[in-house]
Amino acid sequence: MNLAMIAEIAADAGGDRVVLGDPEHGVTYEQLYDRARRAARLLRESSADTVAMIGVNSELFPVALFGAALADRPFSPLNYRWSDADLAAAVRRLAPVVVLVDDEFLPRFESLAGESGVQWVARSQFLAAVADAEPIEGGAQEPANPAVLLFTSGTSGSPKVAVLGHDNLSSYILGSVELMAAEEGDAQLSSLPPYHVGGIANLLSTLFSGRRIVQLPAFDARTWIDTVRALRVTHATVVPTMVARIVDLLAEDGGGLPSLRHLSYGGGRMPLPVLERAMVLLPETSFVNGYGLTETSSSITVLGPDDHRLALTSDDPAVRARLGSVGRALPTVELSVRDADGEPVAPGETGELWVRGEQVSGRYVGTESDSAGGWFRTKDAARIDEEGYVFVEGRLDDVIVRGGENISPGEVEDALLEHPDVADAGVVGLPDDDWGERVVAAVVPVEGRTPDPGELQEWVRGKLRSSKTPSSIALVEGLPYNDNGKLVRRLLRASMVEAARG
Amino acid sequence: MQLRVGSRWRSAVDDTQVVVVRAPEGEVSLTCGGHPLVPADGQPTAGLTISEGHEGSTALGKRYADPGAGLELLCVKAGTSALALNGAELPLKSAKPLPASD
Repeated sequence: MNLAMIAEIAADAGGDRVVLGDPEHGVTYEQLYDRARRAARLLRESSADTVAMIGVNSELFPVALFGAALADRPFSPLNYRWSDADLAAAVRRLAPVVVLVDDEFLPRFESLAGESGVQWVARSQFLAAVADAEPIEGGAQEPANPAVLLFTSGTSGSPKVAVLGHDNLSSYILGSVELMAAEEGDAQLSSLPPYHVGGIANLLSTLFSGRRIVQLPAFDARTWIDTVRALRVTHATVVPTMVARIVDLLAEDGGGLPSLRHLSYGGGRMPLPVLERAMVLLPETSFVNGYGLTETSSSITVLGPDDHRLALTSDDPAVRARLGSVGRALPTVELSVRDADGEPVAPGETGELWVRGEQVSGRYVGTESDSAGGWFRTKDAARIDEEGYVFVEGRLDDVIVRGGENISPGEVEDALLEHPDVADAGVVGLPDDDWGERVVAAVVPVEGRTPDPGELQEWVRGKLRSSKTPSSIALVEGLPYNDNGKLVRRLLRASMVEAARG
Repeated sequence: MQLRVGSRWRSAVDDTQVVVVRAPEGEVSLTCGGHPLVPADGQPTAGLTISEGHEGSTALGKRYADPGAGLELLCVKAGTSALALNGAELPLKSAKPLPASD
C-alpha cells in the first residue's frame, strides 16, 4: 500500500486536530494531507524521477515525503552535514532529480546550477508553489517505485543507498502503532534529522498515533531541554549521544523534565552508565530502547518501560543485565542468530543476527538482494537469552576475537566509562601474533584529570576478567564520531595502529 | 471479493470504513451490518438497512481480525453495525499496544 495512505488515514481520523507546530495556529491533519496532494501535483508534473531534500526538520519534510509518495517518486533526504562535494556526488547518483533545499543551504550549490538532470528548488519557493497548486485528484494509488532512498551512514567506507518500499514502511507503522491513540495534549519533540531512518519512522508513527509534532530544526542539548520545558513536550526520541549531552546539562541545572512521560532512544549503542544516570535524573519518565537498521525500516526490537524499571531495581543479575539489551522482537518480525555458515547457533550463543518480516527491505540501489528466504543479515553480532531478550554486541567486524574468545568492545567501554576519571572510551582489536587479536583502548580523560593507564587496566580487570582487559590504554583528546553519533571504529583502529607503530 | 493490503472499504449501511492490514488469499465475503462492503470510492445501493443479527459497532483506530483466516482490518471511520467474515462476526483484536520506539 502507498505510504501516503498513512497520512490519508490520519487526516480522516485526525481532521482538524493540530499535527504540526503551535497548538493554536499549527497545521492540522487535514491541511497537511491537502498540502501533500498539492505537492504531488507539482512533483508529478516535473521531469524528475526522484525527489531529494537537503534540509533540517521543517514543514517541508512531511509535505515532500507524502507528496513524493502520492506522485510515485522515491524520496531521498540527504545529509546536509556532508561536504558540498559529497552532496553533489549523491545528487548526481539520483538524477534526473528535483532537489528541495533549505534556503540557507542553497548558496552552497550555486556552482551546480544549470547542470542537466538536476533541478534545485528553494524550500520557501517550493512551499509557496504548493500553496498555489491544485491538489491531485483522488487519494493514494498503488505505487510502482520505492518510497524512500536512504544513503547509509557508511562507518565502513563509501555510502550505499538503501531502498525502502512503500510496503516496508507502511507495514511497520500499521504493525506497531495505534491510530490516534494519543491523549489530548501529547506532543512529540522531533530532533532526529530527516535523512536518518529514525527521523522518518518517528514522523510516520507520531502522525499516525495522533501526537502533535514539535520540530527541532537541528539538535542542541540546551535548546532541546528548553523546548521540552517551554512547550510541555510529553514524548521524545533521541540517539544515545544526545542522551549523554542532555544528562550532563540536567545534572548541572537540576530542573528535571516534569512533562516528559516517554523518552525513546536508539540508533547506536547506549553506554550503561549514561542510561542509569538518565533514569535516576528522570524518575517519572518511561524509557524505551528501539533497535533496528536503515534496511529494516527502523525498530525490530523494543525494550519497554517495565523492562527498564525492573532491570534498574532487580537483584537478579540476569534481569539487571537486560538494561544492556535491546529488548525483544516486535511481534511482526522473526529473529535468528546464525554462525558463519548460516546455521542457527545454540540458544544464548553469539552469532550474526538475521531478521525477516514485511518491514525488512535489505535492498540497495544497483545491487541484487542477497537475502535467502526473506532473511536479512544485519552484520551485527548478537545473542538472545532464554526470555527472548536480544543483546547486540556490536558490528560483526568490530567484535574482538582473542584466543578464540569473543569480546564485545562495548562491554569493555562500559567498564572504562564507570571510572570517575574517564569521560569517553573507545575499544578496538588489533592484530596480535599470540592471540589473533588483542584488546586496546583509547580513553578521553575527564577535564583536569590524568588517569594512570595501569590503574585503568586494574579497574577493568576488577570488573570483567583479565582476557577482556586492554593490553594497552592510550589517553586521547577525543574519539572519531560520525554525524549520527556513532563511533567510527575503523578510524579509531587506524589511529591505534599508527600509535602502536610509534 | 478479493482483498488487497492497503485497500479501503466502506459499509453499505452505516459510517464504518476500514483499511485492509492483512489480507487472506482467495475470495472472501466481508460484510458490515450484514451487507457486503463496497470500495471506499464506490456508492452503495440506497435504502439498505442493518440485517438482524449484525447489529453492533466499529470503533476508530481499532482492529478487527481473524488470525486463522489471515485477515486484519483497521477501522478508520467508526460506525454502528458489526463486521463479519464469511458470516461470522469479526472480533476486536485485543493486542497490548507497543511502546513507541521512535
